[in-house]
Amino acid sequence: MRDGRLLGSPVFWVGLLFAALLLRMDALRPVLQRMSPGVEPVIYNRDSFLALFLSQLGLVAAASLAASLSGVALAVFVTRPAGRDFRAMVNALATVGQTFPPAAVLAIAVPMVGFGARPTVIALFLYGLLPIIENAVAGLEGVSHAVREAAEGMGLSAWQRLYQVDLPLAAPLILAGIRVSVTIAIGTATIGSTVGALTLGTPIFDGLVANKLPFVIEGAVLVALFAIFTDMLLARLERWLRPLAD
Amino acid sequence: MIEIDNVSKSYGKHRVVDRLSLTVGDGVLCVLLGSSGCGKSTTLRMINRLIPFDAGTIRVGGEDVRHVPPEALRRRIGYAIQSIGLFPHWTVEDNIATVPRLLKWSQRRVRDRVAELLELFRLDAETYRGKHPHQLSGGEQQRVGVARALAADPELLLMDEPFAAVDPITRDALQAELARIHRATGKTIVFVTHDIEEALRLATVIAIMDRGRIIQLGAPLDILEHPANDFVRDFVGRQGLGLKLLSVRKIGDRLRRGETAEGEPLSLDASLGEALSAMTARRTDRLPVCDAEGRRVGAIALGDLVR
Repeated sequence: MRDGRLLGSPVFWVGLLFAALLLRMDALRPVLQRMSPGVEPVIYNRDSFLALFLSQLGLVAAASLAASLSGVALAVFVTRPAGRDFRAMVNALATVGQTFPPAAVLAIAVPMVGFGARPTVIALFLYGLLPIIENAVAGLEGVSHAVREAAEGMGLSAWQRLYQVDLPLAAPLILAGIRVSVTIAIGTATIGSTVGALTLGTPIFDGLVANKLPFVIEGAVLVALFAIFTDMLLARLERWLRPLAD
Repeated sequence: MIEIDNVSKSYGKHRVVDRLSLTVGDGVLCVLLGSSGCGKSTTLRMINRLIPFDAGTIRVGGEDVRHVPPEALRRRIGYAIQSIGLFPHWTVEDNIATVPRLLKWSQRRVRDRVAELLELFRLDAETYRGKHPHQLSGGEQQRVGVARALAADPELLLMDEPFAAVDPITRDALQAELARIHRATGKTIVFVTHDIEEALRLATVIAIMDRGRIIQLGAPLDILEHPANDFVRDFVGRQGLGLKLLSVRKIGDRLRRGETAEGEPLSLDASLGEALSAMTARRTDRLPVCDAEGRRVGAIALGDLVR
């Protein structure tokens, strides 16, 4: 990318702001001190924000990767002749996963898998599955009948049709679903801090417990920037893929 | 050569193809003609096994299609459809190269073949090979669709109303092109249409279908002159029958050999309809006729058209 376009791109500025706050939150010390006089320390210091971010990134990446792989695989399955009968069932299960509040999933998961990262990843995975399945099914079913008939009539095998035709043409919609899912996961991951996962939500909950408003603000601003930045990046990727599918 | 022998297909209680038999010889362009729901498309799609049939046998090149894996069979048979179905994410070159690549042709051979086919369809290879389908007009898309069907030099070409969705002028051009390509390549073609004019223009043999059966099988002229029954008579149209006959008969059959006339000569292959049109436009009742090399061989008079 040329410099002119880089400097004119909102993704760049949001990313820069996010990175700056992640590494140098103490630059805001005077502002926060004026906002909440008497609170000490004013900058969260039990973990570095970078460490919290990396930990949350790991949780979100693990859950989203698993949700993307299984969501797309399920969508492929229910759009093939062999799996068509399972379509309603898969959709119902994913919807249940979505309506179940993540906090409730955490409460159920903790006794089974213990505290920490694991229940959080499970909750994020279940919660993120629905948008991926729904979009992937819509994308795969949106491939025109003519294109599918031509592919079959020319002698592409079922796998070749899937890899060379269906998935590339459904890619923009599949990615749109993943984008929604990841953005939700970033926000939702913060409540993992209530069961001991390290995330940018940790300062928020510590701040709420200890009545330290600056911690809440620091955590919330970083999570918001994290979500916005990721969403913008994925939107770019989606735009880049779209012309391929026309 | 295709041999369809006593083939039937039912959906539930509804029999869409009923003990149908049809043999299409090498190099023949056979048109399956009928109104919608007569079973013509189903018949076509049973040949490349897109639709399984219940009874009977179909042989392509002497081989029972059910003894060949469907993918291998389809790579040997070109397939072009009304809705074209070009892959929107691939270039024209990639689209045409679909089957050659499935057959693992070398890159060089694929490239040459794409250029050759674009040339055959009068599309400039360097301009068109890199374009995407959405950059093409409807007529160009259908040309690419037919080129794709011909790409791996299949022994047989199946076409399901390929020109039904384009405008009349483009359709006329595409029909002329298909006739030319059929003459040039000598491919065996099975062509489905509901358009009688299209059938008369393109067919070597027409099979008129109704309710899953072939009602009449014959050369275009044969069907116009000797319709087997009222259904065929209605289908080919009682009105305008004379003009249809003129469009099928050739000047060569009515030639006054050795005689001469004034003006620009017409070709022996031209239809009597074209002769009538030329006479009307030039306000004359006699026209000179030339052979394929342009030598004047005779004349045709107005009275010869109705003899």
